[in-house]
Amino acid sequence: MAKTPETAKKAPSKAASKPAKAKTAKAGDAKSGGAKGKSAAPAETPSRKVAAGVGTAPGVDAQALGGELAELRRRQPRFRGLEAGHRACQGCGEALGARLVMEAAGPDVMVANATGCLEVFTTPWPQSAWRVPWIHSLFENAAAVASGMEAALKARGHRTKVMAFGGDGSTFDIGFQALSGMLERTHNVLYVCFDNEAYMNTGIQRSSSTPHAAATTTSPAGSQRMGKRHLKKDLLQIIAAHHVPYAASASVAYAADLRRKVRRAIEIEGPTFLLLHVPCPLGWGHDGAKTIEIARLAVQTGLFPVVELERNELAGVMPIRQPRPVSDYLKLQNRFRHLFGNDHRARQEREHLQALADHNIATYHLLGEEPDPLDTEGADTVRRGGLIA
Amino acid sequence: MLKALEGSQALARAVALCRPGVVAAYPITPQTHIVENISKLVADGEMGCELVSVESEFSAASVVLGAAAAGARAYTASSSQGIMLMSEVLYNMAGLRIPAVITCANRSVGAPLNIWNDQADSMAIRDSGCIQLYCADNQEGVDSTIQAFRIAEATELPVMVCVDGFVLTHTLEPIDLPSQTKVDRFLPEFDFARRLDPKAPKSFGTLVDPGWFTEVRHSHHRAMQKALPVIEEIDAAYEKAIGRAAGGLLKTHGPKGAKTAVLALGSVVSTLRQGLNDGLAKTPVKIIQLRCFRPFPTEALIEAVDGVDDLIVLERAFSPGLGGIVGTEVTAALAHLKKRPRIHNFAVGLGGRDVPVELLPELIAATRGTTPEPFRIFDVELDKLPAEDR
Ligand SMILES: Cc1ncc(C[n+]2csc(CCOP(=O)(O)OP(=O)(O)O)c2C)c(N)n1
Ligand code: SF4
Ligand SMILES: [Mg+2]
Repeated sequence: MAKTPETAKKAPSKAASKPAKAKTAKAGDAKSGGAKGKSAAPAETPSRKVAAGVGTAPGVDAQALGGELAELRRRQPRFRGLEAGHRACQGCGEALGARLVMEAAGPDVMVANATGCLEVFTTPWPQSAWRVPWIHSLFENAAAVASGMEAALKARGHRTKVMAFGGDGSTFDIGFQALSGMLERTHNVLYVCFDNEAYMNTGIQRSSSTPHAAATTTSPAGSQRMGKRHLKKDLLQIIAAHHVPYAASASVAYAADLRRKVRRAIEIEGPTFLLLHVPCPLGWGHDGAKTIEIARLAVQTGLFPVVELERNELAGVMPIRQPRPVSDYLKLQNRFRHLFGNDHRARQEREHLQALADHNIATYHLLGEEPDPLDTEGADTVRRGGLIA
Repeated sequence: MLKALEGSQALARAVALCRPGVVAAYPITPQTHIVENISKLVADGEMGCELVSVESEFSAASVVLGAAAAGARAYTASSSQGIMLMSEVLYNMAGLRIPAVITCANRSVGAPLNIWNDQADSMAIRDSGCIQLYCADNQEGVDSTIQAFRIAEATELPVMVCVDGFVLTHTLEPIDLPSQTKVDRFLPEFDFARRLDPKAPKSFGTLVDPGWFTEVRHSHHRAMQKALPVIEEIDAAYEKAIGRAAGGLLKTHGPKGAKTAVLALGSVVSTLRQGLNDGLAKTPVKIIQLRCFRPFPTEALIEAVDGVDDLIVLERAFSPGLGGIVGTEVTAALAHLKKRPRIHNFAVGLGGRDVPVELLPELIAATRGTTPEPFRIFDVELDKLPAEDR
């Protein structure tokens, strides 16, 4: 929502009117995604015809890729499926999360993306920030479109990995049925839910992922209400109940853990699911510079448990050595501001949220002796993700 | 070789002859037999496609969209509520210019719940930007289905083949299924130039702002218009390859110089044709079968009504509060003609009400000596209704 395309209406610049030359992206070659890049705007997408936003992804020389994906992969340890220069807000956790997922996934993937912020801020026609095949159809059908893509690849004897991306609104709510169908039919698809806990693209409305007591534009705080009245849906357990081989949660604050989970999921031939917690500075009401800190606190308080489930069995958790009180997390965000008023309802809701965090810690046995996972392991080694040797 | 086949079975075999890579479908009466037949062909190894048994029609259409985008020939079928549930995806598929084939086994749309045949479902999505072909009998259903894949792939537009539920889908007919060799020759392998491919990444379905949206819509409209000659050419090519045409954009039956004509879509055409052959019409009358409803074949229609004084337009659906859908469109298409026929617009056979052969003389009688009626439900029995609803 916070991204009116700034350049799309201007006459194409000189640089943009030439198809982007292939260049081997080196690590640190371009500025990281997430900034409202002026200089790093992706190249124009030359298209064969004007047909509802169909173009060639920027910066990719199809010839150079031809048949040599493995070699390309070797030369590009930081292949970036999602380029910088998109129009996300500063400090957008979703933009960073998507970039990390794409880095871990490598070039031999294709993506079905549901309507939402990620879709909108990456593809203002005639530009696209994607360097892998990417399709957006509707808000509620990413899982079904991905199912079709996977079936087509199977029919055509290709092994490129299909991924489906959706926000929490598209995943927990409107696209839930299609997702359940995809899991039940065991399509070989990795579904990633970018969970920023509200409908951000349409201006911060509550979803079934919005945490209890959070204020959104459709669950505002007022004299009669303390924000959202209902609980956050425990989606991961519902996913796991489909007996999928792998379902995990991850946080954008722990990049190495996220990369490892993406690679793990991609290597599994079958339906896998990743619930990725991604703060939204605009919707949560926090400083864009605090995205990582806030994401980390969500984990360290126990409010967002980072866990792995294999065939509905708990297979791993990210331990919390010293749980932080939930108020440390809540007080940094405007969406919880009403919980810090001087009244008993506010205190009651804070206690309620603390109880929810404690419950997560107990249920998933999150208290651990091991050191907090540091964000270094594998940070700069990215194995190729696809299934072709 | 002629074989007695149920409509659905014939359609399933026609689809199999086209060697789709992916079929996705969800059961609904009266489409169910088509999916069941396809499932059996797959189970028996007579069809080598990926069969995706989805959890809804919404997902059936979405699977087809994704499959075709990824380069597979893809097919689905539905009816009624299922078509309505697909509608958001059908608009999207058409707007993305993704070629695929959808059979609509035509059925009314509830409420009231009714499983029988009319054409309210396909008419409801006439503005989706999909091509729509309506079949008069099951042979046309088979031929149009095979042609539909070639039309879709040539125009990069989805094609909906409409066959009347029960009247066609559940009726045994002598059918000639073309041989696999002939179909293979007629229908080359699907090679979608814009397909999703990691070797040449493309972004599909981007956000298009007011600076471009109008132009994208214009090119879609142009693509639909340009499909008109393509549909005729492909019908001609089919005739050459298989030995039988399916009717191009529209076809006429009966005496050329007739001053009265009846225009209809779908299986009613066969009923009217029967009436004509049985000599039930006392005056010379010709029947105009609108095979292609989208894109709308204005030129062909103008040619077909040349010299006609009274044109009866039949509907199997209507727009409450307006009246006839086809009638309104035909009237608009002929409006600029200096000499145009009087148009009489009737809906018949809603929700499976029987359309007997005697309809033909009754229709003709209804147009005699009167000023044309803008629209009427022809076979409504008003005496069943309370006075205030009549
Ligand atoms: C059928 C339908 N209903 C509603 C919308 C409007 N809409 C578009 S995106 C969106 C919210 C997206 O929320 P989420 O999935 O959480 O993604 P986010 O933008 O938060 O990343 C809504 C309500 C739509 N596009 N389609
Ligand atoms: S998810 Fe939030 S921070 Fe990111 S682009 Fe959308 S509104 Fe901005
Ligand atoms: Mg969201």
